[in-house]
Amino acid sequence: MSPARNYRIIYTSFFIGLICAIFPLPIILNAFRPEWMILIIFYWVLALPQRVSIVHAFVLGLLQDLLLGSTLGTHALIFSILAYVVSINYQRIRHFTLVQTTLLVGVFVLVSKLSLYLLASSLQDIVLHRDYFWAIFTSMLIWPWFFLFMRFIRIYFKVV
Amino acid sequence: MKTIFTRGPSFLLRLSIVIALSLILFLADSQFNLFTSVRIYLNSLVSPVQYAADAPQKLFSALSENLVTRQALKARNQQLEKDNLLLKADRLLLTQLQHENNQLRELLNSQRIFTNKRMIAEVMRLESDPFTQQLLIDKGALDGVYLGQPVINEQGVVGQVSQVGSTTSRVLLIVDASHGIPVRVQRNDITAIVHGSGAWNKLNVPFVQSNADLKEGDLLVTSGLGGRFPAGYPVATVTHFDYLEGALYADVTATPVALLDRSRYLLLLWNDGRIKESDLSLDSLESDDVTSP
Repeated sequence: MSPARNYRIIYTSFFIGLICAIFPLPIILNAFRPEWMILIIFYWVLALPQRVSIVHAFVLGLLQDLLLGSTLGTHALIFSILAYVVSINYQRIRHFTLVQTTLLVGVFVLVSKLSLYLLASSLQDIVLHRDYFWAIFTSMLIWPWFFLFMRFIRIYFKVV
Repeated sequence: MKTIFTRGPSFLLRLSIVIALSLILFLADSQFNLFTSVRIYLNSLVSPVQYAADAPQKLFSALSENLVTRQALKARNQQLEKDNLLLKADRLLLTQLQHENNQLRELLNSQRIFTNKRMIAEVMRLESDPFTQQLLIDKGALDGVYLGQPVINEQGVVGQVSQVGSTTSRVLLIVDASHGIPVRVQRNDITAIVHGSGAWNKLNVPFVQSNADLKEGDLLVTSGLGGRFPAGYPVATVTHFDYLEGALYADVTATPVALLDRSRYLLLLWNDGRIKESDLSLDSLESDDVTSP
């Protein structure tokens, strides 16, 4: 198994995740968009912490910043802290049940949303809508299916 | 073959380096604007992702444009021809008026240059940062787009270009909380500045004297004072004017004229008049006239 092939699968999933993060949705559904990049980073760091870790999360965060047009470094900071927390605790988290990891995803998304808000509000006045937090619930809702799907992909393509 | 001991520097070291890097980036971008020139390359780096995400939408709209009945096409064509006729008839008068205006301005010795160069850009409806009001358009530095370029649609001013990539750029809308635009009231030429509020259809007009002659429904047009926006384009209508007894400034809010969240095509303007208008040769001509006799 060459490492290049492993990375090809992983990077393809990153690419699709970035597309999902900016994909145009109807205005009604837009607030319910799950935080795809957090889910993907969480999954890969949990599954392969020796391959995907802080530096990957940092670069993905930078790309997300560029794609969304936000101030450089905001998503990069949050994603890399998330990757750090997961990569020092991955052995413990792996023994969690699916319900527990779902709750953990909810906490991660909540913390990241709050810190994004704090970082942005340090620069300018912001009107915060209640819709902003719907993404936490959709992310939690989608996580179990996403997790099983990604595990299937990882085992099918033998990514190690 | 998973070990606790990974190769390379420890997680904590990597984390601290990465946190320091992101904080430096954050400060450099927000406080010192160090990335305005590098942004072209950075935005070009991610534009393939943006075009990929925009492709299904584009395909769908192309399909729905192709799948139209002959009847509908005919009706639309007729409607457009009618519109065209009316617009052309208006234009006949407009050239006459323009000519007259030029003559009058020549008499007053103050010429005004209208910008002619413009370009149509299509909005890419992609998700952007939830805390800023901005749009992504499909034109970039390769098409001649520059930083701070005014952007309008057929209704009024939309915003200005805030980031340029080689094939995409970002338009900061007038309702963004960091955006301000110098305006004047069309009815009586009071000048003011319109600030964005961060909400989609509300603008603030701060520092208006509480005894100013302003009322609800007044149209605010660009004054051209900042030199960035050409003068005369409609920006907003005043929706609320109120003041407290004894307060220095009135509480004024306005709503943008252009439907910012619904426009699909935008117009980029080239503000050529910027240099010519600040040219003082006309004034010196006048002063020559005064001294020569």
